[in-house]
Amino acid sequence: MATMNHASQSGLGGKLPGLVKTLAGAVAGATMAFSAALHAAPATSEVNTTDLAVTDDTVTVGILHSVTGTMAISETGSVQAEKLAIEQINAQGGVLGRQIEYIQEDGASDWPTFAEKSRKLLLNDKVATVFGCWTSASRKAVLPVFEQYNGMLYYPTFYEGLEQSPNVIYTGQEATQQILAGIDWVVEEKGAKSFYLLGSDYIWPRTSNKIARKHIDKLGLKVSGEEYYPLGHTQFNSVINKIKLKKPDVIFASVVGGSNVAFYKQLKAAGIDMTDEKPLVLTISVTEDEILGIGGENIDGAYASMKYFQSLTNQNNQEFVKAFKERWGDDIVIGDVTQAAYLGPWLWKAAVEKAGSFDVDKVREASPGIELTTAPEGYVKIHPNHHLWSKTRIGRAKTDGQYEIVYETDELIEPDPFPEGYQ
Amino acid sequence: MFADYSTSELMSIFAMQGFAGLILFSVFVLMALGLAIIFGQMGVINMAHGEFMILGAYITYMTSNVFADYMPALFGSYFFVAMILAFIAAGALGMLVEWAMIRHLYHRPLDTLLATWGLSLILQQLYRTIFGAREVGVSLPDWLMGSIQLTDIVEVPINGIFVMTLAIGISIAIAALMYKSRWGIQVRSVVQNRPMAGAVGINTAKVDRLTFGLGCGIAGVAGSAFTMIGSTGPTSGQLYIVDTFLVVVFGGATSLLGTIASAFTISQAQSTMEFFLSGSMAKVLTLLFVVFILMLRPQGLFSLKMRK
Repeated sequence: MATMNHASQSGLGGKLPGLVKTLAGAVAGATMAFSAALHAAPATSEVNTTDLAVTDDTVTVGILHSVTGTMAISETGSVQAEKLAIEQINAQGGVLGRQIEYIQEDGASDWPTFAEKSRKLLLNDKVATVFGCWTSASRKAVLPVFEQYNGMLYYPTFYEGLEQSPNVIYTGQEATQQILAGIDWVVEEKGAKSFYLLGSDYIWPRTSNKIARKHIDKLGLKVSGEEYYPLGHTQFNSVINKIKLKKPDVIFASVVGGSNVAFYKQLKAAGIDMTDEKPLVLTISVTEDEILGIGGENIDGAYASMKYFQSLTNQNNQEFVKAFKERWGDDIVIGDVTQAAYLGPWLWKAAVEKAGSFDVDKVREASPGIELTTAPEGYVKIHPNHHLWSKTRIGRAKTDGQYEIVYETDELIEPDPFPEGYQ
Repeated sequence: MFADYSTSELMSIFAMQGFAGLILFSVFVLMALGLAIIFGQMGVINMAHGEFMILGAYITYMTSNVFADYMPALFGSYFFVAMILAFIAAGALGMLVEWAMIRHLYHRPLDTLLATWGLSLILQQLYRTIFGAREVGVSLPDWLMGSIQLTDIVEVPINGIFVMTLAIGISIAIAALMYKSRWGIQVRSVVQNRPMAGAVGINTAKVDRLTFGLGCGIAGVAGSAFTMIGSTGPTSGQLYIVDTFLVVVFGGATSLLGTIASAFTISQAQSTMEFFLSGSMAKVLTLLFVVFILMLRPQGLFSLKMRK
């Protein structure tokens, strides 16, 4: 249906582009005030000059995540969060008087598929924006497509930084936002002197550990080991022995996926009781989602450095958790990335309303400085570098699979995707 | 790297590291036995081996939930029930698959590879539909968690001992079954000469079905045991499949003894190198080592001598 509407529209646009543009420009201001007063939607020709799938009462967006394949484990929560946000926005009257419709595509945990599906969403479906991707690999695969066809992507995952595209809004943390405050906290509060860096072998853990190592060096403390294991590795007994030998104060862990489960189960079985904090485990890769697979009793006592935990007690979050459970079931948990995915549609709505248009260029222009006071994590704001200002929080894992928040930064931390002195 | 440590500390670490190698060995043996039976005895390349393991893991997950809900007093012993159920479920599914699919492909070993790969995708999606895309956490009885403290430093994980015992037990049972029982004689004769075995009255189709079922059943038990050390999700089986094939091919596909010897060699090499080098580097060197040996001995470490 969206496609049909789109076809008729593009016909008009093709014949009378100049006229439409002039008209739109001439009456824009007046109509804005008028429509606001009447509470009616502004004309389609005026909010959509670039052939997007926008009709008089709907706007179509894309959701692009893996719902099959190995990444489905992680991406399911993001899809749920994005759908919930869209439904809530629609219930409030939609965006610029238009109900949001979504087309969901499956990236199938395969990076070329992500690229192909994003091309389909942008070229065939003419979606106004896309909420999607999870791994850095999938983001890197779709990036050229979004830049070529000028699409807009809201990317939810915390990631390694070193990227800033005009076509992406990064609603998760870049690496320094997650790491620096976390390390400062273990040093100040727990008196940590030595660190063992352990991660899965790909770009995110390696970049994160590089930043962590630089920061530890700057503090004049010691890195007693740095190690990577292939993705999907399931045997950690050797490295656990090594850790026992080196006796670091902190294990700084960025192990992901199925390896995560193996690592914590084996750590516990090897007699390292994390509640003793000798060594203390500080992770940047285990959210409430991952604990479901690991089992709360296996990670009890570990600390995680994130920007969001389900156990946050502010008003926004209580409402969010309640709505999420009503929509997706009582036994569901909400991790850091799920919350970041939930921000995507809301940030886009705010930017569209500020711009008074669905046009990608105008949305991009309007984005820096957009604030969200209703975010479950509290308050967030889009930085000119397209990342979010957000707080860093430390949580301590409990046996019930939730985190108890033990620390949060006083101020919002500025996103710094190209940290000087850390590369 | 050892300058800062006392002799007793070093001894303890070597003891623990030796133990880590033995645990890895047991894990490899458990993974590979089922595949070795199917690949070695039947020549079927079962790419869905990992998914049969995960079936066992999910059975364990369900059993633990049933015990926790209905008989919490017996929770400590649920694991044994779960392993038996896992064997039965995976074995039954294996026989069904053999009947529906594999038996039509015996003369086309490469096609079994494609067919079972397709089967693995179907099973993965089935698990995802039934149990959800997220990993499930299997709660273990308390006695299986933690470790035994031997000295100040030397600690031995209990689940490691459990996996070792299980690996030894299953290996002995399989060896007895293959070399001491009447059924084992039938299996071996079918492997050596199928038409001849048929001619002397062995029901080769039935032998095939049971062999395939046995291999899958053992995979189920392995999967059940691995809930103690690894993850349980729709695609977790994929984590094991490469190592499993590595062990079986390196050992010489037709020999169970070869599988065990190969599991031992690879696990010791890997765990020793993991200790001295980084994890990824250890993996690379292990693979290079295996490739090198296979270049010298393409038939694997052990192979059946038979007249071609």
